[in-house]
Amino acid sequence: MKTTVDARGLSCPQPVLMTLDEIKKNTADEILVLVDTDASKENVSRAAQSRGWQVARITEEDDTYRLELKKG
Amino acid sequence: MKNLFATRWGIIGVGAFIGVIAALLQYWGNPGNMGICVACFVRDITGALGLHRAGVVQYLRPEIIGFVMGSLVAALIFKEFRPRGGSAPIIRFLLGAFAMIGALVFLGCPWRAMLRLAGGDWNAVPGLIGLVAGIWIGTRFLKNGYNLGRTHKFPAGAGWIMPAFACGFFLLLLIYPQVEGKDQSGVLFYSLKGPGAMHAPLLVSTIVGLLIGFIAQRSRFCTMGAFRDLILFKQIHLFSGVIALIIFAFITNLVVKQFHPGFAGQPVAHTMHVWNALGMVLAGLAFALAGGCPGRQLFLSGEGDTDAAIFVIGMVAGAAFAHNFGLASSPTGIGPHGLAAVVIGLAVCAVIGFTMKQK
Repeated sequence: MKTTVDARGLSCPQPVLMTLDEIKKNTADEILVLVDTDASKENVSRAAQSRGWQVARITEEDDTYRLELKKG
Repeated sequence: MKNLFATRWGIIGVGAFIGVIAALLQYWGNPGNMGICVACFVRDITGALGLHRAGVVQYLRPEIIGFVMGSLVAALIFKEFRPRGGSAPIIRFLLGAFAMIGALVFLGCPWRAMLRLAGGDWNAVPGLIGLVAGIWIGTRFLKNGYNLGRTHKFPAGAGWIMPAFACGFFLLLLIYPQVEGKDQSGVLFYSLKGPGAMHAPLLVSTIVGLLIGFIAQRSRFCTMGAFRDLILFKQIHLFSGVIALIIFAFITNLVVKQFHPGFAGQPVAHTMHVWNALGMVLAGLAFALAGGCPGRQLFLSGEGDTDAAIFVIGMVAGAAFAHNFGLASSPTGIGPHGLAAVVIGLAVCAVIGFTMKQK
């Protein structure tokens, strides 16, 4: 299953908290995280990798980073 | 392109650089164990502008100007300058004010708490314990859904306001330099004695400020986030940066013979352990609720975050109140109303922590 976490406009540590909440639920094997700062992009990637997830792809459009996370 | 500063070795390098350079700033003229203290320096700027009139802490610290401008330059080069704001500004103002008041009860922000430890001032230990306790309380609120709401994209002009302030203040420093033996030069106030009279040469302070602003923007260095991420996510990324800061400041202090271990007679410090701790509980909680230490707020304001800018202006207001109302401590102990200020500050932070929840 695929879910989306929209953390645009939120600053540290909210995007990470929301992503980890989704990972903890353990219902999705693919999470799309939307953030709008580079710091959030790095923090979410780091947190996901530390939980054994992979950052499959990062794309940027209209000031939004789309992080595609996949279960490792 | 990979951001090298955001790697493990990147953040350790940044912490080490700040540790060495902060200790050297003391060697070059800044006050003892105060190579860099964001709270103290913002307080000194408040005094230089005459918003409080504590004669011993008046100097328009160029390091702070450099922090904002260095971050701006890094953000522009790497296309991270994003004017934004609108996330509970009045709350951020209050948090900035009470963070400053808490820091001035302890006599230092987290940066200085670490530099004090690295210089052998053991009074920093209760301060750091208080800081971690305050941040821990903050993480409880975060876990329960505390949230100041989303920011919105702003027109470019809004993001340039803090850098414009910084440039304007730098011009004032050049137009009205200190006059030997005088406590006033044009519109600016200067200190004739005390920590405000101790500073590294203008050019040195400015360059160091710019360099730190640049690398801190790239690395997201944050002394509050270090402990918050450790408590909340068991993540040691930012924490490794502050450990590097302490170790390298300690080594530099040994080399230039600035390490003087003890409790009594430490520079710009008092020995009331309970208040050293409680002041930092207040500061740590306010930083955690605002999402960044005072340094990080300056770096964010340089990259266009107007909410962080409001926090900084709150710190200026807090510093003015702290000295006008007798809330700030001195080497003899806490101020006449320091106790009341800490209690009120903790109550205000608790109300903010419990009530601010938004989708």
